[in-house]
Amino acid sequence: MRESTIMKIHYGTALGAVALVAVHILMRLTQSFAESLEYTNVIANYQFLPYAGMLEIILILLSIHGFNGLRVILLELKQGPRYEKAVSYGCVAAMMGLIAYGSRTIIMVNMGML
Amino acid sequence: MTQVPSIAEEKPTTSLSSPKTATLRIARFNPEKDSERKFMEFNIPYQRWTTVLEAILEVKKHFDHSVAVRYSCRQATCGSCGMIINGKPRLACFTKISELESDVVTVEPMNNFPIIRDLAVRFERLFESHHKIKPYLINDDSEISSNEKEFLQTPEEVEQYIQFSNCIKCGLCNSACPTMATDSSFVGPQALAQAYRYVADSRDKGKDSRLKIIDESHGIWRCHFAGSCSQVCPKGVDPAMGIQFLRGYLLGFRS
Ligand code: HEM
Ligand code: SF4
Ligand code: FES
Repeated sequence: MRESTIMKIHYGTALGAVALVAVHILMRLTQSFAESLEYTNVIANYQFLPYAGMLEIILILLSIHGFNGLRVILLELKQGPRYEKAVSYGCVAAMMGLIAYGSRTIIMVNMGML
Repeated sequence: MTQVPSIAEEKPTTSLSSPKTATLRIARFNPEKDSERKFMEFNIPYQRWTTVLEAILEVKKHFDHSVAVRYSCRQATCGSCGMIINGKPRLACFTKISELESDVVTVEPMNNFPIIRDLAVRFERLFESHHKIKPYLINDDSEISSNEKEFLQTPEEVEQYIQFSNCIKCGLCNSACPTMATDSSFVGPQALAQAYRYVADSRDKGKDSRLKIIDESHGIWRCHFAGSCSQVCPKGVDPAMGIQFLRGYLLGFRS
């Protein structure tokens, strides 16, 4: 992928995250902090599909943004063709891993497994 | 008729202000022999107009001629004498000791360049990056074959790039850049500013090929807006601004 395409995604995911994290924080203000962490409320959040969908999108946006940011840091830290290849593939793998792990929680709640 | 004195008899007519003295600390390092950088100190008399380069040449003349330093024009034109003076990248021939407001003047080789010896550094990487961005007008028409005699430009068209054409390839911007310090493949502010210089020239047709060259993993996106390059440029070039303009093309804000 062209570096400019990657960076457009990097900036785009950052902007998207600002908007969605704002909604996320506003939703949290509807309850006290302690209340929002109660077991039943947490489960209810995940079972409310529009909100769970938004959390999933935040997860995807910030995983892409964060691991691409990490890729940038690592590319600037050390250079070399093998190292750079490892960094690029490693970051994509870690990104997918984190998205899969986060999605698993949301899916499990909605399938009644928790 | 007044008698014209011969040169040998000529007396100074204006009295010079008595010179002050400064301590010049010169970094000495020979990568082939030394394990670390050492500083040699010299007491140098200076006038209001004495430049750091003149002080270094004074040391070479009277104390130690083995100090390695690169210079040529002594007038901020050739780009040879870049070094770190009291912690900041500057041209030695364009920096007066009096303007430093310190009795101690420390000179070191530029950062982010391999040291040949003492104050002299290698420019291969800068020249390679500069060459890579095609620093010339790309245009199949030639003035000779075209019907119009010249490629005329309006003052507004000249305005787009003229400050960037003042670059003397001294490397001070690359020396100040934090990305250059860790990323050995980064193209650097000097080359990026020159990429913009040609892209912004209305006579040039090489925009797409140049944008492609700088749009790679160690290209323009490794600039993180520190702006140090523009602060140290002795010729009033603003590489950081050129980089943002180039980004504008790549992000679709400019065409
Ligand atoms: C939602 C608010 C955020 C915004 C507006 C934002 C914006 C940005 C921007 C513009 C850059 C590029 C900086 C540059 O090229 O110099 C960047 C880099 C980066 N971001 Fe974010 N970001 C946000 C949240 C996050 C989060 C939550 C993480 C961690 C998961 C993160 C991790 C990184 C990393 C590691 C970099 C690379 C470091 C760098 O380039 O300086 N960001 N971010
Ligand atoms: S942009 Fe300025 S600091 Fe950089 S090489 Fe050119 S003249 Fe020197
Ligand atoms: S000696 Fe030429 S720029 Fe200083």
